[in-house]
Order: sequence, then C-alpha cells, then structure tokens
Amino acid sequence: MFRLEARTSTPAWFNLVLPLIAIAATLVLCSGLIAIAGAGVIEAYGVMLSASLGDSYAITETLVRAAPMIFTGLAVAIAFRAKFWNIGAEGQLLAGAVASCFVGEIPMPGTLAMLLMAIVGAAAGAVVALVPATLRVKFKVDDVVSSLLLNSVIYYALMALIEGPWKDTFSGYPISPPIEDSANLPVLIEGTRLHLGVVVALIAAPLCWFLIARTTLGFRIRVTGENPEAARFGGINVQRVLLSTALLSGALAGLAGVGEVGGVHFQVMSDISPGYGYSGIVVAMLARLNPLGVVPAAIFLAAVMTGAEAMSRATGVPAFLSDVIQGTALLAMLVALLFTAYRIRRVGAQT
Amino acid sequence: MSAPLIEMRGITKIFGAVKANEAVDLSVAPGEILGLLGENGAGKTTLMNVLFGAYAPDAGEILVEGRPVAIHNSADALAAGIGMVHQHFHLAPRLTVLENLLIGIPGRSGRIDRAGGLARLNEISRQYGLSLDPNLPVSALSVGEQQRLEIVKALFRGAKLLILDEPTAVLAPSEVDGLFAALRSMAAQGLGIIFISHKLNEVRALTHRCVVLRHGKVAGRVDHPAQTTSAAMAELMCGHEIVPPVKEASTPGSAVLTLDGISTSGHTGTPLRDVSLFVRAGEILGIAGVSGNGQRTLADVIFGMLPPKVGTMTIAGKTIAQFSPRELQALGLGRIPEDRMTTGLVTNLPLADSMVLPRIGTEAFSRKGLLNPAAIRAFAEEQIKAYDIRCPGPMVRAGALSGGNLQKALLARELAFDPKVLIVSQPTRGLDIGAARFIHEKFLAMRAKGCGIVVIGEDLEELLMLSDRIAVMYEGRIAGTLSGADATVARLGLMMTGAEGHA
Repeated sequence: MFRLEARTSTPAWFNLVLPLIAIAATLVLCSGLIAIAGAGVIEAYGVMLSASLGDSYAITETLVRAAPMIFTGLAVAIAFRAKFWNIGAEGQLLAGAVASCFVGEIPMPGTLAMLLMAIVGAAAGAVVALVPATLRVKFKVDDVVSSLLLNSVIYYALMALIEGPWKDTFSGYPISPPIEDSANLPVLIEGTRLHLGVVVALIAAPLCWFLIARTTLGFRIRVTGENPEAARFGGINVQRVLLSTALLSGALAGLAGVGEVGGVHFQVMSDISPGYGYSGIVVAMLARLNPLGVVPAAIFLAAVMTGAEAMSRATGVPAFLSDVIQGTALLAMLVALLFTAYRIRRVGAQT
Repeated sequence: MSAPLIEMRGITKIFGAVKANEAVDLSVAPGEILGLLGENGAGKTTLMNVLFGAYAPDAGEILVEGRPVAIHNSADALAAGIGMVHQHFHLAPRLTVLENLLIGIPGRSGRIDRAGGLARLNEISRQYGLSLDPNLPVSALSVGEQQRLEIVKALFRGAKLLILDEPTAVLAPSEVDGLFAALRSMAAQGLGIIFISHKLNEVRALTHRCVVLRHGKVAGRVDHPAQTTSAAMAELMCGHEIVPPVKEASTPGSAVLTLDGISTSGHTGTPLRDVSLFVRAGEILGIAGVSGNGQRTLADVIFGMLPPKVGTMTIAGKTIAQFSPRELQALGLGRIPEDRMTTGLVTNLPLADSMVLPRIGTEAFSRKGLLNPAAIRAFAEEQIKAYDIRCPGPMVRAGALSGGNLQKALLARELAFDPKVLIVSQPTRGLDIGAARFIHEKFLAMRAKGCGIVVIGEDLEELLMLSDRIAVMYEGRIAGTLSGADATVARLGLMMTGAEGHA
C-alpha cells in the first residue's frame, strides 16, 4: 500500500526533472492513441522529431511557432506568480494582432512602423488584461471567469471587423488588408520564416526572469501572490501590484499577436492563433512559472505542433494528436506538481 | 488495573536527518487526562500525528485496549476510537452544526439521517455539558463554540480517546474554564484525554499525569502535576533552569506615540470609540481585554492598516496625515502583527524575503527598483546569527521554521531598524517558555534603550510582568489604565468585564 506524506522541503532539482517526467509520461500515454490509429509508435514519434527538429529548416519552423507561445507563456507565468489568474492571453494576443495590424497598414518608414506596431500591440493586450484585473480589484469578480469569457468577446469583435468594415476589398475574403511590406519584420535567415520577433521573444524571457527575480516590482509580485495579507501588512499596495501585473501580462500576450501579424501572416484572419493563448498556460505550468523555463517548454509544444502535421501526412494519425499531447502534458504536469508538496511512502501491509 | 485505553510503544519517526520522535512510550488509561508537554519542535505534534494516522512511524507499535492496531489514516484512527481536535479547525463554514457532524457519516439508502444525528447530538450535549445549537451555520459560531463542535464531532464518531492540540491557545480566559469543565466530565465518564499545551499552570490544573518530550525523546514523566512546580516542569522541557527576566526600573521620557480621541467606523470587528492613550520612551504599555473588545481594531489603526474616522495619532511628535504601513514605518514605528503565519510571513518564499518585506523599497535592500540580493542575504544571515534563529539558512522556505523561530525572525526584522515605537500583538502566543523568555528579554532591552512599546495581549501574567502601565479595553473603549504596581490579575479581570471603570 502507498500513501502520500507532506514534504517539509522540495529539492531544487525537482524544477528540472518534474517537467521532463511529465513530458515522458505524456508521450507514453499518447502512444496508446497512436497504436489505436494503426501506426507504429516509434515510427510516428520519429517522424514528429525529424520534422520538428531534424534539420535546420525544421528547427527554424519550430522556433517560429514557439515565439508566440514564449510570449503567452511569459504572460501567464508572470500573472500566475501574482495569483492573477489570467486565462485571457488568447484574447490579449488577438487584440495585439488587430491593433498592430491597423498600425502596420499605415504607410511610414519600416523601423518606425515595427516599433509602433510593437508598442500599440502591447498596449492593446495590456488594456484587455486590465479589464478582468480591475473587475477583481474593484468588485471582487472572479478573474478566471472574466478573463476567459473576454476571449470570446475579443474573438467575435475581430470576426465582426474582418467580415465587415475591415474586410480586404482586394481579395474579398474575410481577412484584413495586409500590412505595408516595409512593416514586415525582417527575416533573419534567407529561405526560412525565422523573423525578428523570434529573437525578441528569446530575449524577453531572460528580461522577465530578471524582472521577477531581481526587481522590487518582481518581489512585490511574488509576495502578493504567495500571501496578500502579509504583503498588505508589509506596506505593499496589493491592488496596484495586481494591476501592474495585469498590464505586464497583457502586454506580453499582445506582443505574441504583433509577432504573428508582423512576421508570419502580415494580416489578421480568424485563425491567426490556433489557441496560442491557451497553450501559454500549458507552457507556463511546464516551466513551473519560471520565465527561463518558458523557452524550452514553448519549444517543446511547438515541436509537437509542427511534428504532428508531418506525422499525420506520413502515418495517417490525425494531427489532432498534437492537441491531445498538449492537454495530457498539462495534466501530467499538474500531477507531477503534487510531488513537490508530497512524497510517496510505502507502508507495510500489516492489515 | 485494566489494559490502558491506548499505548504507544517505542515510536520512532525520522524526517530526513531529523529524529522527530525516538523510542517514545506513552499510555493513557480510561478516565485519565494526560498532559503532553514540550518546547516547539520537541515532537509533540509529530507523535500525535502518528497516533492519528497522518504519519507512518518508522518503528514502534500502537495498542488500543491491549490489541496492536495499524493506523494508516484518520479513518483508521477514528475506527480505533481515537479523535483529534487540531489547532486549526476542520469545519465547513456554510454548513450548520448538525450538517458538519453528519459529514462522512453513512446514511440509510443514500439519505442523511438528520433525526438520528440530532438525537445523538442532544445525548452527547447532555452527557458532557457541551451545548450547541444544531441549526446555526458554523460561520456564526465563536471560536470557542467551533472548538466545542470539533470535540462533539470526535465524540459523535465514537472517540474513546480525545487528543487536543493546544486547545486553549485560541480561547479567552473565560472560555478556558468551560472547556476544562467539559474535559473533566468526559474523563469522569471513562474517556481518555491527551492535552497538549505550553501553559504550565493549565497543565497543572487539569491533568492527572504528564509526559515531557525534549528533542523527540521522553525527557521525563510527572506523576502528580498539581503538586509539581511550574519551574520544575519548565526545567524538564528546556533541559536547563529558566530564570525570569529582570525588569529594571526606568524613568520614562516624553510620549513617542499618542492616540487622541480615535474612533473608527465599524465595518469589520469591534469599532473603537474615543480611544486616547499614549506611550512614552522607555516604557511598556500593556493593552488587556477579553478578545473581541477592539484590540484588533486598535492594532490595525496603529499599524496603519485602518484610517480612523475621527481623532489624531502622533508618532514622535509628528501627526499622522496618511495612514499607511509605509508612512508609519518611515516615522519609526516597528510592528509585529498578531498572526505571524497569515499577516507576518510568506511561508512559501525564502525566509530572507519575509525578513526584508516591509523595507524592500528602502535604500537598504534596493536601489532604483533593482533588488540588492547580496544585501538582503547578508541582512538575513546577520539577523539569523544575532537572534539565534534555528534554520538551515536564509534561503530556506519560511514555512519550514518553528513558531518560535518565526517570531524571532519577525522581531529581528523590526528591531534591526531601531524603532522609536514598537507595537506588538500577542507576541508569544503558541510559543514555548524558552522562546517566550527570549522575546520578553528583547522587549525589556528595547525599553532600556528608550523605545516605547505597546503590547496587546490576552495573557495577563505576561502583561503584568512586562508592563509599566496597563490599559484595559472593553467594548471598543479604554475602560481604565492601571500602573504596573496597582495591577493584579483579579483587578484587571474585573475591569475586562466592564465591572470597574478606573481613570
């Protein structure tokens, strides 16, 4: 018989090992599905791996996909540190995409356009995130529910725009007009889609780590998240910390949208995000809310996504497996987190 | 003599490198009240958690009425007739008294047996003098009533042995008498009771026999607690003699904290009504009162958490314009809040973080919004050494420390900045004698250095020992102030019930 016993301390290496165990458990669990779909498990995972990380082009494609999830992962990680439950990164990403696309359509010098797109996109995301945070601070509205529901509001507002006044007159499809060519984020390696936004995302992660670990704002975010009462007694303005966190989190999610518009799609359409905002939650949890961990976690999920399509073509296993892997990884990580607080003990079977 | 109700033999429990319990023997006979004594971290709670099935022992066995039993969880413990009343209650606040009792009790064919439960509740209430209104929601009960419900809950489930972990820590003095009467009545009717407490006078008044733990081992047994002195028991607990601190005479200086006609609006807790008081440099002012008479509100106002509706407050001659913790702290106010776990510390973060929390924005620990990790660490390490805080280091999770060490850490973080005024609420609640003595000595040392100290507390013995003057609060007012020389427990007790006013 086994039982759980509370731990008095958690070893530091758990932060590294737990996500790896969770990922391994996910791959084992999902291998059953691959087998049911009638494909060889080793073969399927092999195709996934080579298609996502097998050659330099595949790696750039994976990184391009990882970039938005790095941003949304950081957005969620920082918000969750303060226990501001921002489930709205998806909506904030869409708001950032729409706002930056508006700016990108205005003719102006390229550098200025990119800078303005980033600023306006981040601001749009921040404003959206401010809504659930303000509702929580002023009226004690549950932020999980309000930030989640806001995603649908933003999504349908976007749809209304591109079906109506903002419809691209040139193509006639329900997509926005493209941004100016000069506003396109520069491609860093010829012949790939690796754009400037990917590098910005990779730089954002250590900056966010620095913010959380080394600044007074980060300190206040951590303390507010862990014990708001002690924070209040310690002279921290808890409401202001929550609002600042929301602004920061929303801005990061907004930047995810900016990168997609400026570096990948160059316009806004209904499927500009295949749920990058929600994947951000998985990324943040796998990273144990550590901004540095967000990068490998996002790359893992991106590899699964790019790999799943190739696997589908090669073996006939539906590409939806990528969604299943994401969901299973989140659950596996939540189970793994249990072991930071508890240990398993064997008890003799005397009874 | 018949077999003991419960017997623990050679219980050993090891956490990592620490032997929390080592070869502990303990038994309770029917009708016996056993005191379990020990300093914080001596292993009392671990031992009881082993008995209640929360931990599996690494060695040893448990016998119930002479038969060995394996207890893997609380359900096994309850089945063996062992009930526990924890320090923190496990009740569902929105459910009624009766519903809380019926949680986990299987009904008949999926239906809850309310009538049967009510009959059983009435029977238990009558038998032991534990009356409760079955239809009140738990959220409407006082702390004392919630504790009574926890006791009834254990009896409801057929407990023959009741473990109470520091039951009096949360009670007002008047409620303690009621609890003791009920416990004596239970023992008289054949139940066994294990009573865990730091308060030696309570242990001496209530228990038939005591087991004293120190460093996880049995340090001694006391067969006649009533005839044993508190000093002798304290020595068993600490392993050395405890000398009461010496309070030297001092001449107080000018007032460092003054409250003038402070009233608050009553959104939460008891509002203050026209409270005026002062404390001078080099003086300790005690604030006594039955819990719930406005002490917490007073603490909130002086802490800067609650701006008063009318009245003024001055610190070191400066009138407070804006009530915020940071503002008051900048004027030289040091604060030790009442509940260290919820309002003082951040249990999940490193100890060092909690130790710098109130002053993180000051030059000492940060500059232009950037933390100075080296300074934070150095400060924590320095204080850990100066205050002998027992911990693996400044980066350990604060929650891993014992209560006494946490209180030392809170004291260190305030005293390191030489406050002009120190306000403390329940400074030694839940602490053992050694830790409490340490805290008292620090207060007296601060007094000698010219700090004005306000001690809000319910422990009258402590207030009498420390205070130069004692103010008594009753229904949000200051009912009167006595000089330390005039104050006695009896006189304070009378004033606390509103019976005697005194200027």
